[in-house]
Amino acid sequence: MTSASPLRQILDPAHRADPYPLYAELRKTPVVRDGTGPYLVSTYWEIQELLHDPRVSSDARNLNPEAAAFLGQEEEDPNLPPTFLRLDPPDHDRLRDLAMRPFGPPHTPRRISDMRGELAGIVTQLIDGFRGRDHLDLVDSFAYPFPVTVICRLLGVPREDEPRFHVWADTLAAGLDPVHGTPEEREAQRETLRRARADLAAYLAGLVEERRRSPRDDMLSALATDHGPDGRMSPLEMVSTAALLLIAGHETTVNLITNGMLTLLRDPGLLRRLRDEPALAAPFVEELLRFDPPVQLLPQRTTLADIDIAGTTVPKGASLWLLLASGNRDPRRFPEPDRFLPERPDNQHLSFGSGIHTCFGAPLARLETQIALTELTRRLTGPRLAEDPPPYRRNAVLRGPRHLPVVIEGLAD
Amino acid sequence: MPPVSVDGFPETFRREGRIVVVGASLAGLRAAETLRAEGFRGTLTMIGDEPHEPYDRPPLSKQVLLGLVPPDHTALPRRRAIDARWRLGTAATGLDAAAKEVRLADGDTVPYDRLLIATGVRSRPWPHELESDLDGVFVLRTRDHAARLHRRLSAGPRRVLVIGAGFTGSEIASACRGRGLPVTVAERGPAPLVGALGGVIGEVAAELQRAHGVDLRCGVQVTGLEGDSGGRVRRAHFSDGSAVDADVVVVCLGATRNTEWLAGSGLGAGPRGIACDAGCRAFDVRGIVTDDVFVAGDVARSPHPLFGYQFLSLEHWGNAVAQAETAAHNMISASVDRRPHLWMPSFWSAQFGVNIKSVGVPPMADQLLVTQGSLTEHRFTAVYGHQGRVIAATTFDQGKWLEFYERQIERAAPFPPEFPTVDRRPEGRHPIAAGFPDPSLPTHGPTVTLSGHSPADRRLSFTPRRA
Repeated sequence: MTSASPLRQILDPAHRADPYPLYAELRKTPVVRDGTGPYLVSTYWEIQELLHDPRVSSDARNLNPEAAAFLGQEEEDPNLPPTFLRLDPPDHDRLRDLAMRPFGPPHTPRRISDMRGELAGIVTQLIDGFRGRDHLDLVDSFAYPFPVTVICRLLGVPREDEPRFHVWADTLAAGLDPVHGTPEEREAQRETLRRARADLAAYLAGLVEERRRSPRDDMLSALATDHGPDGRMSPLEMVSTAALLLIAGHETTVNLITNGMLTLLRDPGLLRRLRDEPALAAPFVEELLRFDPPVQLLPQRTTLADIDIAGTTVPKGASLWLLLASGNRDPRRFPEPDRFLPERPDNQHLSFGSGIHTCFGAPLARLETQIALTELTRRLTGPRLAEDPPPYRRNAVLRGPRHLPVVIEGLAD
Repeated sequence: MPPVSVDGFPETFRREGRIVVVGASLAGLRAAETLRAEGFRGTLTMIGDEPHEPYDRPPLSKQVLLGLVPPDHTALPRRRAIDARWRLGTAATGLDAAAKEVRLADGDTVPYDRLLIATGVRSRPWPHELESDLDGVFVLRTRDHAARLHRRLSAGPRRVLVIGAGFTGSEIASACRGRGLPVTVAERGPAPLVGALGGVIGEVAAELQRAHGVDLRCGVQVTGLEGDSGGRVRRAHFSDGSAVDADVVVVCLGATRNTEWLAGSGLGAGPRGIACDAGCRAFDVRGIVTDDVFVAGDVARSPHPLFGYQFLSLEHWGNAVAQAETAAHNMISASVDRRPHLWMPSFWSAQFGVNIKSVGVPPMADQLLVTQGSLTEHRFTAVYGHQGRVIAATTFDQGKWLEFYERQIERAAPFPPEFPTVDRRPEGRHPIAAGFPDPSLPTHGPTVTLSGHSPADRRLSFTPRRA
């Protein structure tokens, strides 16, 4: 790497459509200190090791001020206190356990699989909406609305309120991009974001209260009424957790579905295979996660001690950037890493992280994407890309196309 | 002149050889599958004393007793077809190493070119035969045991007595409480799990048991089981003079290696298992390694470089799989292609709603330090030290950190660890004595046993009535 700051190159929108050559270059030095301060880790085993290292903190309050400023971290928001994503144990464990009780095993093992029918229904409805059109933006007309609707149903947001949720989700997703423009424009962006967060928090607080008084079969009701062995979340923690599920489960799934369609449309053979063998959806989505992950890197972690890794000592207090997408292409872990092989054996990619912060919503993201890609390949006839590469959003962390314009000949039933 | 290779036979052997696997459980099955996967096309015979095809044992003390999984739904998933001759329900009773023959209980003999011994362990029975014959007295090792015990628990006994609070005993007690049954646990040591995890963690296990309503009695021995006129167990008497009425008694005094059938075979086989080298080849009693008899699973004792090259006996599911794969590979490979079995000891347990995991060899430790979480919260990571290095780690509901500590053990990291962690508490500042019982006293359920350097260790005898 000739540049003193590989990080700036990664963040440079010019590399957004294909950052993988940059990563390949970076892997020549598994752990490298960027000119701007943080340490970049680009190889599979080293990332894997650090994800399990108890000397690495995810608590945003441990971020050194430079790193926080670089990431454009929001000042602490009284409406939405930190969620388990940005906390260390024991707070992390308490909140994540409480959030998991109504979401997955061992307490609620069937929540996600029981949603299969509902997910398929939403997908069908969205695709039915394509009827009579030959030009589509798969992001705006499918990949965006689908996960938000799913999260609304999961949480228990009334249908009539779903449109408001879509607006907040869009605003907050846009807020994940670094702010840019003139100082006035930046302040305006921040203000819009603050207002959306406040509105969302107020809305969720009201809904939590309503569900506490008259519970239904949804996650908010369970959070509000469940008496687990470790007590309950405070109302503020419930609001924060619900907002986290909305934000974290939204943008990532949008990108995963979009990246999947982009990969399929670039390789007609692959598209045919998935159409002919829908049972391939599960391994296909795993390979997609490895090949083009929605979360490219984890930039939030801080070392609590000096850590020796791959011949480098990362000093205490350093900011760590774990390049998951690069680790997924590490030839020391995955043979022929740059090829998309749907039946790749032993596909333990890093795309959902690992260790205690392993993606909370992974089972849902997998199911959503499997259904979405299977149905899109089955029903779109003669689909092709109208633009390649498609335009990408600025965000280098949650990376994905802003639009995916495609042309179709028709629609199967 | 080209070099003459004594290893020149593998190709012929792979094509036409005869392999016999004694023991048709986890290790035996995985070995057979590996043999076929790696190209062995000769004759494969699977000998097992139980009538069942290979099944999984961990669920027997958990899901099966809870009624979540029927006992006969525990068959091990098959990785591939193994095209074997099955001799199920027929125990091996002898080995003639010179003639290369296994003798069976039905009088048959089965010849082999190479033999894999994976006969595992069995439950140590209650030492008084008349008492152990009482109706209502159980052990738990096999699927049939589990089916019988489950049936009896479903009938709603008034009280269950579990004798021995190792992992099996504790899991059974947990399942009983899960079914709402009154349970008494009698443990000779000062706390549950002391043999495997030491007294400090044992205290946490004791708290867990009591918090879940177990009548836990430590430091006592059961001196006698009393039956009624119908031959059904009804009462147990303890060394402290007390007694408890129970109509189900589960004896959990650990395991005995199934090596008796090898008496007189010349192999280094004894109560602690069959000694083998890191390549899974059995030692004979003279300390010479054999080249046609291999060992894998619970019955094996093999030297481990991380633990002073002492022989280790491991009653661990993962070890059985890994050692079986290595043994199978080595059985059909030339010497330069052989691999060592260098498995990091590790195991898990689920009891009283807590997931317990461990890596390394805790009983080797003299000290312990809680590096994450807190013992009082029953959620923690404890690191064990031996002579200034990290030797093992145990987690309660923190298993996701264990990989890190595994590497600390591999790298012989210094103990006590000085570094801060995401959840290091004041109680984790200073190491404390780990509290293992005197190693010369055999305890039940250590799951990892260091058994010295002698390949012909036969000194050990177990006397559960004498502390």
